[in-house]
Amino acid sequence: MTSSSAAVLQDPPRDVAAAAIAREGHRRDALLPVLHALQDRFGHVPAETIPFIAKALNLSRADVHGVVSFYHEFRTAPPGRHIVRLCLAEACQAMGAPALRAHVEQTLGVGMHETTSDGTVTLEPVYCLGNCACAPSVMIDGETHGRVTAERFDALLAEPRGRS
Amino acid sequence: MNHTIYIPLDTSARSLGADAVAAAISAQAASRGVTIRIVRTGSRGAFWLEPLVEVATPSGRIAYGPVQPGDVAALFDCNFLTGGPHPLRLGIAAELDFFRRQERLTFQRVGVIDPLSLEDYLAAGGFRGLDQALAIGRARTLTEVIESGGRGRGGAAFPTGLKWRTAHDAPGADKYLVCNADEGDSGTFSDRMLLEGDPFTLIEGMLIAGYAIGAAKGYIYLRSEYPNAERVLAAAIAAAERHGYLGRRVSTTDFAFEIEIRRGAGAYVCGEETALLESIEGRRGQVRAKPPLPALQGLFGQPTVVNNVISLASVPAILAHGAEYYRDYGVGRSRGTLPFQLGGNIRYGGLVEKAFGLTLRELLYDFGGGSASGRPIRAVQVGGPLGAYLPETLFDTPLDYESFAGVSAMLGHGGIVVFDDTVDMARLARFAMSFCAHESCGKCTPCRIGAVRGVEVIDRILGDRDRPAAIALLRDLCDTMTQGSLCALGGLTPLPVLSALEHFPEDFAIRPRTHAA
Ligand SMILES: Cc1cc2nc3c(=O)[nH]c(=O)nc-3n(C[C@H](O)[C@H](O)[C@H](O)COP(=O)(O)O)c2cc1C
Ligand code: SF4
Ligand code: FES
Repeated sequence: MTSSSAAVLQDPPRDVAAAAIAREGHRRDALLPVLHALQDRFGHVPAETIPFIAKALNLSRADVHGVVSFYHEFRTAPPGRHIVRLCLAEACQAMGAPALRAHVEQTLGVGMHETTSDGTVTLEPVYCLGNCACAPSVMIDGETHGRVTAERFDALLAEPRGRS
Repeated sequence: MNHTIYIPLDTSARSLGADAVAAAISAQAASRGVTIRIVRTGSRGAFWLEPLVEVATPSGRIAYGPVQPGDVAALFDCNFLTGGPHPLRLGIAAELDFFRRQERLTFQRVGVIDPLSLEDYLAAGGFRGLDQALAIGRARTLTEVIESGGRGRGGAAFPTGLKWRTAHDAPGADKYLVCNADEGDSGTFSDRMLLEGDPFTLIEGMLIAGYAIGAAKGYIYLRSEYPNAERVLAAAIAAAERHGYLGRRVSTTDFAFEIEIRRGAGAYVCGEETALLESIEGRRGQVRAKPPLPALQGLFGQPTVVNNVISLASVPAILAHGAEYYRDYGVGRSRGTLPFQLGGNIRYGGLVEKAFGLTLRELLYDFGGGSASGRPIRAVQVGGPLGAYLPETLFDTPLDYESFAGVSAMLGHGGIVVFDDTVDMARLARFAMSFCAHESCGKCTPCRIGAVRGVEVIDRILGDRDRPAAIALLRDLCDTMTQGSLCALGGLTPLPVLSALEHFPEDFAIRPRTHAA
C-alpha cells in the first residue's frame, strides 16, 4: 500500500496528483478519485497537494479540506507501514469483536487511530467488511481475514511485521 | 487427463484461506506430475464449508470442504480429482441441502461459473435479458419491469419500474444510471458476492436499465472496503468493453453505454442515494433535501436512476423469462426473491436466496442451524444497523416487506445478524446511537445532536442515574429523531434502540456499570 522512501523521492506527491488529475479530468467530480490516488500511493493525502488540487479543479482550499475531512477513510498524516482495520460492527460483535479488540489493543499497545511507536502498525476501526458470516473480521493491508481469534491475529500480524 | 478444479476467489472464502488452498493444490499437482486447471469462481455462499473445493467429474461437480492447505496431500492420496472418498467429501455441490432448498434466480450463476469468462456467462444464459430488451424496445422493457413487481433491494423497497419510468419521462439532455454498491449495512454481503461471483449479471442489468431510461453513462459507486470486488468488477467491465457489450454500439445496435467505477471512502451515509450523488460529484457526502427526486434531478442536475446492485442484477432474469415468471415468486406486494444473508452467531452462515414469505424461524433454524455457539438465539437484527432487534416471540414473522412493517421492523437489504443469550441489548442500543453520531452527515439537528444526546442518555440508564426519567427522555429523543430527521440515518436509528428497549427491557435494568461499547 505505502511505498518505499526511494519511490517517494522519485514521485513527489504533486506529480502523483498532477498525473491523477490529467487522467480524471480538471473537473470537480475528479476530486475523490484524485484523493484516492494519493492515498493509495502515500497512505495519506499529503497536505502540500491540497493547494495544487484546489487550483487544478478550480475549488477553494477550504473546499478540498472539507471533503478530505468528511470521509473517514482519508488520512492527513502518514500511517504505519501496515494497516490493521478491525471490524466493530454488529455481526462481528456477536462473535467476540470486543474481546478481540481488547487483545489487539493490548498486543499492539495502541488504541484506535493510533500507530505503534515503532511505526509498523496503524490500528483503525471499520464498520463491516462484508464478511459477516465469517466473523470476527480483520483487514490487514487490504486483505480480509475471517474467524479471527486472538491466536490467529498474532500469527497474521507476525507475517507482515516480519517482512517490514 | 486434464482435471478442472473450482476454488472461490470470493472475499469470505479467501478470508478463510482459499488462496493458500489453491496454491497447495497447484504445488501438489506439480509434484505429482498431474495436469490440472484451476478455475476461480465466486462462492456459492455456504461459508461454514469454505474454502470449498469442487472437482469436475462425469457425474457432476463434487465438493470437498472446508479444505485447509494441510488437507491437500491427503485429498490427492484419496483421488479427489476423480471424486474419490475422503472425510471432507460432501457430494455434488449443487445438491447440498442448503442449496437445494433455495430459489436462486439472481444468484443462479454465482459460485458456478468463472466470473470473468464471457463464454461461461453466455453458456449459462447470460445476455438473454439484454437481447430481449433490445428486441422489444424501451417502452415494453419498462412495462416488463413494472409488471414484475420488483422493488428496490437497497432498503426503501420502492418499485424499480416506476422509478425507471419517472426518469425515462423526465426531460433532460443527459440521463444517468447509478448503481449503489456502497453496501454499508453491517450484516450484508450479497452485493459483494454478486460483484465477485457474477459481475456480468450486474453489467447486463445496468445495460437494460440504461437502455430503458435513455442513459448513456452508468456509475457504480463501490465501497472502498471491497478491494477484491473492485478488481473483479474492473476486469469484467474491461472484458465487456472488449467484446462490444459496453461502448458506442452495444451488441451492434445504436445504443451506447459506458460504465465507470467510483470508489467510496468509508462514509456510511454515502449509501443514501442523494449523499451518494454528492460524493460522485466530488463533494462532502451530505444528504440533499427531496424534492427534487433524483429521478427528475439527480447527478449533475440530470434525471438519474439510483438502484442497488441486487435490484439491477435481478432485471436480466425478469427480461429473459418474463415479468410473470418473476412475479410468481413471493407473497402480497413482496414479489420475487430476496438473497438473505445470515451472519453473526449462526452455525450455517451464508447466502440464502428465497422467495419472500418464509419465516425468520425457518431461515434461522432450517437453513442456519441455530447459533454457532450452541447457545439459544436471543436476538436477531434484521435489515442492517438501522433495523430492529427481534426476540424469539417474533421469529414466526414472515419475511416480507409488509409483515415486517407490521412488527415495527424492516427487511432492508436482507441482512440477518444473530446473537446468542450472552448478548447485552443495552450495549447494542448504545452502539446504534453512537454509530449514528459517528456517521451523521451533520445536515440536520435531530440526527447530529440527537444521536450524541442519545448516547449520553443511554449511559445515564446504564449508570442508573435517575433511570425512569432517562428512559422517558430516550423515548422522547427517539421520537424527535424519527419525526425530524431528513434521511433514514437519523430517522431509523430509533428502530434498533427502541426495539431493544421494547423487547429486552431487562437489559436496561439496574446492573453493575459496564464498559462503553
Ligand atoms: C443512511 C443510508 C444508507 C444507505 N445505504 C445504502 C447502501 O449501502 N446500498 C443501497 O443500495 N442503498 C442504501 N440506502 C438506500 C438508498 O438511499 C436508496 O434507497 C437505494 O439505493 C435505491 O435503490 P433501490 O431502489 O434499488 O433499492 C441507504 C439509505 C440510507 C438512508
Ligand atoms: S438524518 Fe443525519 S444523516 Fe440524514 S440528513 Fe440528517 S444529519 Fe444527515
Ligand atoms: S459486521 Fe464485521 S464483517 Fe460485517
